[in-house]
Amino acid sequence: METLERIISEHPFFADLASPYANLITGCASNIRFEPGTYIFREGGQADVFYLVRSGRVGLEIFPPHRKPILLGTVGQGEILGWSWLLPPYQWKFNARATESVRAIALDGKCLRTKCEENHDLGYELLKRFAQVIEKRLEATRLQLLDVYAVA
Amino acid sequence: MSVVIENPVLHATEALHDANPMLPSAFVVRAVAKETYDTFTLAVEPQNGVGTAFLPGQFSMLWVYGVGELPISISGNPAEPQHLVYTIRSVGAATHALVSQKVGSAVGVRGPYGTAWPLEAARGRDLIIIAGGIGLAPLRPVIYEVLNHRSDYGRLVLLYGARSPRDLLYRKELKSWARQDDTQVLTTVDYGGLSWRGHVGVVTTLFKFARLQPAKSVAMVCGPEIMMRFVLRELDAVGLRREDVYLSMERNMKCGVGLCGHCQYGPHFICKDGPVFRSDIVRPLMEKYEL
Amino acid sequence: MVARTHVVVEANQLDQLIQALARRGYDAIGPTVRDGAMVLDHLDSARDLPAGWTAEQGPAHYRLQPLPRPAFFAYAGGPQSWKKYLHPADVCLYAAERQNGAFHILNNDAKPERPYAFLGVKACELSAIKIQDRVLMGDKYRDPVYEARRKQTFIVAKQCTKSGPTCFCASMGTGPEVKDGFDLVLTEFAFDGQHRFVVGIGSERGEEVLSELHTAPASREDLQKIQAGIASASEQERKIDTAGLKDLLYANFEQPRWSKVAERCLTCGNCTMVCPTCFCTTVEDSTDITGRAERLRRWDSCFSINFSYIHGGSIRTSASARYRQWLTHKFAAWIDQFGTAGCVGCGRCIVWCPAGIDVTEEIRALQEKQHGNS
Repeated sequence: METLERIISEHPFFADLASPYANLITGCASNIRFEPGTYIFREGGQADVFYLVRSGRVGLEIFPPHRKPILLGTVGQGEILGWSWLLPPYQWKFNARATESVRAIALDGKCLRTKCEENHDLGYELLKRFAQVIEKRLEATRLQLLDVYAVA
Repeated sequence: MSVVIENPVLHATEALHDANPMLPSAFVVRAVAKETYDTFTLAVEPQNGVGTAFLPGQFSMLWVYGVGELPISISGNPAEPQHLVYTIRSVGAATHALVSQKVGSAVGVRGPYGTAWPLEAARGRDLIIIAGGIGLAPLRPVIYEVLNHRSDYGRLVLLYGARSPRDLLYRKELKSWARQDDTQVLTTVDYGGLSWRGHVGVVTTLFKFARLQPAKSVAMVCGPEIMMRFVLRELDAVGLRREDVYLSMERNMKCGVGLCGHCQYGPHFICKDGPVFRSDIVRPLMEKYEL
Repeated sequence: MVARTHVVVEANQLDQLIQALARRGYDAIGPTVRDGAMVLDHLDSARDLPAGWTAEQGPAHYRLQPLPRPAFFAYAGGPQSWKKYLHPADVCLYAAERQNGAFHILNNDAKPERPYAFLGVKACELSAIKIQDRVLMGDKYRDPVYEARRKQTFIVAKQCTKSGPTCFCASMGTGPEVKDGFDLVLTEFAFDGQHRFVVGIGSERGEEVLSELHTAPASREDLQKIQAGIASASEQERKIDTAGLKDLLYANFEQPRWSKVAERCLTCGNCTMVCPTCFCTTVEDSTDITGRAERLRRWDSCFSINFSYIHGGSIRTSASARYRQWLTHKFAAWIDQFGTAGCVGCGRCIVWCPAGIDVTEEIRALQEKQHGNS
């Protein structure tokens, strides 16, 4: 448990998190590994977990009808995977597949949601960090939308 | 607000163009290599045997007989002035004519023109090179130069983004560069296919994986203008001083020698005062619409 | 007034001057009336000059008017300027031929057959020539086409003693006094029954040419009249306040005024064609059926939609962006690039704009908006 707490507090996502919160979060945490090619979650599935990626790479995929599957983004070391656990309907919007061997900390969404309802300060600390991640992803996604390398 | 016109970037020693800067010299095409489905690399040698030295960042005006003339960045090794190398993306009639040249045919070359990447200023420091798409072509001579004189420079970090895996340039070299000492090469694509095992996302998403020492780094950026704007903001966030960030700009060019007026960007002639600019000089202009 | 030798020459000797220049191998160029305007063309004799004509000018307005007196140079300016000859609108840069994949350049001779002698160059036009000297010969690369034409050009300047309603050289600091850069300067005295020129000598070769004419020394009264004429010409209806103008233009890229003027601007580019300092060109390639290739240089205008084209499209597509580019270049960027403003206050752009857009008015509007805000 202690080692897990240290891993969590040293992960970039939780940088500067005060130890009482780290402790609370650890209560919902567990170690996990994924072999290359494994689907970590699938579009439409129940989103009750998120992951602190410690090493490896995860691809976010979508399978549009009548087209080849598209890899929309990747999540790597030091990043977090999944925020659909935060807000209803708690459903995954994309597939996530390990493109390499992945080591991660899995954080139980239901467990965390309960703790956040009980401790709003913890909730705020989590939401602050997720807001930053979402903002950066949104900016990157918009830049991706611009298709800057297209010819015309 | 007054715009500082002085660009402290290096100027190359010009070849003798005093006589008539609009006359091309004939260069023979020695090799045409296909990089991707629409991008080719030409290697040319002077017909009269006289090599042309150039500095990384400079460009030539390439003339296809009877078709047209275009500014193309030189993307070869500065230690090999006996031939000039150009990576060209075929997007219109003139570029198509260039990439369709057969080995042995002649093209007209004027130059080299323009300002160079600040390799002097980067001595003893780390280099962060950020390239988007064909923007890697004008930066490749920097990488060659650094690898030619490795001990003169600190860490080398290359962040390179392309549209998709099939748009990636210089794939073999990317691998070989990654194996060099104190060198980190990170590649990403905007859209991947299932066989792509690498990073997916715009080039700014690579920053968090880069091992940077911002205080002792010089950054050089080249790519589509929007991409460069986002990258510059990211470099701000990472802590680089704007005076340590350089970029290469592009505008319409007809003469390449500051006489036709087309390449003006605010008060700067991209052909003479650029294409390489220190970022603090052009940033105020980059935010202006239709400039 | 700059101290120099002044002599008096009767007006009927003007033809002698033209012939003296022709004998020395010059191609005499000066104003002549054609197609309802004062244009520049080759002069065979003084009879080709627009004696007894002037032009009534205003925004989008130009009409030739007869004069009751026989004056040769009593006009403010026409649609053409001396750049027609020094920086010609169509030039073949070179021709080339190809054999077995190799090519060689056939000719690149930039020189005209005979050097020019310009007659009637006003102070604003002299300033414009100097400005183009700086742009095309005084920067990193020299234009051999301009240089070949410019180097030997003989200049007979004209001292204005009256300004037109569209002139504003005084506020631009480029006139009305002809100060230097000429071989001879003529001030025409055509009133009270007299018709003569007071000629100022500006160079040795000017003096030499003048030696073929019958001259008499100019009197102190003559010189005083010239001074008075310069003072009178300096009182101009239009002005530009150039103080801080560069910084003001740089600070106002997003001013709504640009959109306002764009409502009227047709982006026809007339202003750039008649402007004596505009120098932009484009290059076109062509081949003929024998396989010979030519590279042709043509005047271009920043108002043309493809001027700023790079793959994917043009950078400046809106009329407001293109008008802004022209005005900001002329009055701001030019200073950073070449040390002076690009405008000489000749007023041609005001006269020949079909919408009558007045640069002095546009700048004043921008300045008022700025000062209104501070």
